[in-house]
Amino acid sequence: MLYIPCPYCGLRNETEFHYGAEAGVGYPDPNTLTDDEWAKYIHIRANPKGWLAERWVHFAGCSRWFNLWRNTVTHEIGPAYLPFTEQPKAPSNIGQEEQKA
Amino acid sequence: MTNTNQILTPGTIGRRRAAIIPEQPPQLWKSVKPKKAYDIVIVGGGGHGLATAYYLAKNHGLTNIAVVEKGWLAGGNAARNTTIIRSNYLWDESASIYEHSLKLWETLEEDLGYEMFFSQRGVLTLAHSVSDVRSKRRNLYANALNGIDSEWLTPQEVKKLVPIINISEDVRYPVHGATYQPRGGIAKHDWVAWGYAKAASDLGVDIIQGTEVTGFDIRNNKVQGVHTSQGTIATGKVGLVAAGHSSILANLAGFSIPIQSRPLQALVSPLLEQVLNTVVMSGAVHVYVSQAHKGELVMGAGTDAFNSYAQRGGFHVVEHQLAAALELFPIFSRAQVLRTWGGIVDIAPDASPIIGLTPVENLFINAGWGTGGFKATPGSGWVMAHTMANGTPHKLNKPFALDRFATGHLIDEHGAAGVAH
Repeated sequence: MLYIPCPYCGLRNETEFHYGAEAGVGYPDPNTLTDDEWAKYIHIRANPKGWLAERWVHFAGCSRWFNLWRNTVTHEIGPAYLPFTEQPKAPSNIGQEEQKA
Repeated sequence: MTNTNQILTPGTIGRRRAAIIPEQPPQLWKSVKPKKAYDIVIVGGGGHGLATAYYLAKNHGLTNIAVVEKGWLAGGNAARNTTIIRSNYLWDESASIYEHSLKLWETLEEDLGYEMFFSQRGVLTLAHSVSDVRSKRRNLYANALNGIDSEWLTPQEVKKLVPIINISEDVRYPVHGATYQPRGGIAKHDWVAWGYAKAASDLGVDIIQGTEVTGFDIRNNKVQGVHTSQGTIATGKVGLVAAGHSSILANLAGFSIPIQSRPLQALVSPLLEQVLNTVVMSGAVHVYVSQAHKGELVMGAGTDAFNSYAQRGGFHVVEHQLAAALELFPIFSRAQVLRTWGGIVDIAPDASPIIGLTPVENLFINAGWGTGGFKATPGSGWVMAHTMANGTPHKLNKPFALDRFATGHLIDEHGAAGVAH
């Protein structure tokens, strides 16, 4: 069970949240994209071994979406931050690999 | 009371049942150092990679092959799955490839000359609500059109087949019926991988363990070799068969695949007397259970919600699954959990595998089997071998191409079949 720091409600159990995969994927203009670019936007999300900036929604609390750094190898939790705000730096990557896989 | 006590004394059961498992020879395959060059390198020494190498050698006469494994042979998902085999999938594309696989299972022990305890004890898939019943029956008709054995059982018929199941209406997820595939079943998962390894090794395939692939030598968009922790190996063709690590390898080769890696957990009980002689699955309550040959109950849970490479998951996922299992099988409340573990599964957006060509010439991929790859091991290896030998997909894996995410021809087993595979 992860303990996840909701920026609005504080530290809560993982079971109060839903997962939203990679954070910071902007909505593109569908009229200007090729099929391949559209497929990439729809289907491809970062899947790194190490730190990942990802989206979570606190459905059992404030119901709001936020972003979180989390390590996919150690399950360490990094800083949480709000969408459309400046992304904090990734926590130290010691011993980790392939940041952007 | 005495009966119940007997069920829960594993010591004698273990000694008795261990006798039916034959001893292994001291060596099944040759341990080798990598040569400088091979015609084909398979990245990933799990069931699917080993099966690919075996069928390349057996069906296509190609034996100058290395299977390169980062850890030890069959130490990933091949050793972590719940060994369920069935082919009663909804869509024609899935039904065809899984049925091809099931047909191969039916003669695999003779083919490889190696016992795997393949046991066609049948697979029950429970329905718990009106809509569940409708979708399962739809599945049944689709199976009938594809010539796949599958039948509808009423709750009473389910009870007859599985006397320990609770078919009371007064539970959260009452049993409203089930589909039953009599040809489905289980096999001993590590023995399957060992059998393929032995047969491939006997045909001249080099199996190289403890060697991690760290990059690819790609020139003019054509693969020329793989960089490994033991140096560079030159090769004309590469097959990526690395399950949870597929997107890492694809990125090393310079392209992206629509895969998310998640933990999938399973657990076993101590050795018990035989109480369950078929496989019971329920997508709705996230439980699947069978009783292995030695007597342990093997149960699978759902995936954890988040991406991970840690080969472990949250206990609340196991707790959720056990709660459902106890409601279905009240007798299990007397058993203990011996061990839980996790594997990292590679999940595609449509929960179907990706088998075929990649943007890099002579580099092939076989990934995305997600939560249900074990049953596909023979079929997956068979079509991957065909694809790699000929440079074009077999008709069975043509629909599972990587470009389906751009063309929109998804094979949506996620929505159709529920989560459990």
